[in-house]
Amino acid sequence: MRLIAENLSARRGEDLLFREISFSLGSGESMILTGRNGSGKSTLLRVVAGFLRPDTGTMRWNAPRADGETIRPAEACHYLGHRNAMKAELSVFENLSFWKSFFGTFEGASPDIAAGMSVEDAADAVGLSGIAHLPFGYLSAGQQRRMAFAKLLVSWRPVWILDEPTAALDVSAEAVFTGLIKQHLSDGGILLAATHQPLGLENARELKMAGFSGIMESRW
Amino acid sequence: MIALLLRDLRLSVRAGGGALIGVLFFVTVVAVIPFGVGPDLNLLSRIGPAIVWIGALLASLLGLDRMFQTDRDDGSLDLLLMQEHPLVLTVLVKCLAHWLGNGLPLVIASPLLGLFMNMDEVAIGATMLTLLVGTPALTFIGAVGAAVAVALPRGGLLVSILVLPLAIPVLIFGVSAAYAAVQDPAPFLPPFLILVAITMFFAVLGPLGAALALRNAGD
Repeated sequence: MRLIAENLSARRGEDLLFREISFSLGSGESMILTGRNGSGKSTLLRVVAGFLRPDTGTMRWNAPRADGETIRPAEACHYLGHRNAMKAELSVFENLSFWKSFFGTFEGASPDIAAGMSVEDAADAVGLSGIAHLPFGYLSAGQQRRMAFAKLLVSWRPVWILDEPTAALDVSAEAVFTGLIKQHLSDGGILLAATHQPLGLENARELKMAGFSGIMESRW
Repeated sequence: MIALLLRDLRLSVRAGGGALIGVLFFVTVVAVIPFGVGPDLNLLSRIGPAIVWIGALLASLLGLDRMFQTDRDDGSLDLLLMQEHPLVLTVLVKCLAHWLGNGLPLVIASPLLGLFMNMDEVAIGATMLTLLVGTPALTFIGAVGAAVAVALPRGGLLVSILVLPLAIPVLIFGVSAAYAAVQDPAPFLPPFLILVAITMFFAVLGPLGAALALRNAGD
């Protein structure tokens, strides 16, 4: 399976933010987007996740499926944006079990990981096992971010798109996240993340976004 | 999909949900009419079905803008859009949940308000039945407006204005069916069946339009 981007360009209003970005990520590969604020990192991630229509270019998801059909790349993705996509009125458990049943299982995943973790295991994996009964709105910003991350674990998707995943987090949480990301990559997942903090991944490609069409690609 | 229905229902009855607000508004609007019109019981019972219907229409417009707005504000809408369940089905389920949370309480509250308006039991029954059939149409029409205005920070009034012209036929046939049940020469079934047809028509078209609008609202 491969996530392929061909000649993506996007603009915000009149300004061309980036143009002709192409990349291809296979199983176990990761790409980190860096660049200063406003350079188009989030925009690129939202184009990949299918929320924004690119100016030019296409996204493709290449994976053999039993019935020979192709799916939209967005369906192979988990997206963790700036907002946590959790309801403050509902308890953490209700939030996570809703997303677990809404996402369902991903066709084409290997059977031992396809079901995703149970809600309790996911809360445990982000280090917050005892507080799943609390309303999400009662948690601190860092705890909310951790629980939003647990949402990625309750159902399996090959591609993780993370936009500033470590915002509002302490050092130990960053270490937990890095561990979970490495676990995901070793399970054959793909990571696409925009971040200012180094996530400590080996062999991660880096895409430097310069904003306003100046793009460089290099290797860490 | 059941999970989405249950989640939205839970949200509508928890703190900040719209269910109670809609009913309170409905009760307020209809309860002040007798004070304004005066204690003429015959007049009240004559205008009763129309007033209850207008109150229900306004009350159901009140909560419409929150249908997708709250999901957008916390980022859930993005994740709902990513999954092809398909999207039309997702929107349909959200409409059903919205109706169960906001429309059905209005239907249940309407007999009480019928008493305020000195309506007899046949008129109350007819009004309740037409509301039961007609309010889903208001939700389905409103879903399109709510989806179009989802990216606007204060889209509430805009949604109402967008939706109102399409909601007028529902009001006309709902009220005329309710009157037909009490006034003798007019037949009850034709306006009632047209009301049913409107609801079924918008049950198909509403989610389709709303899904299209949400797809293109990308930002």
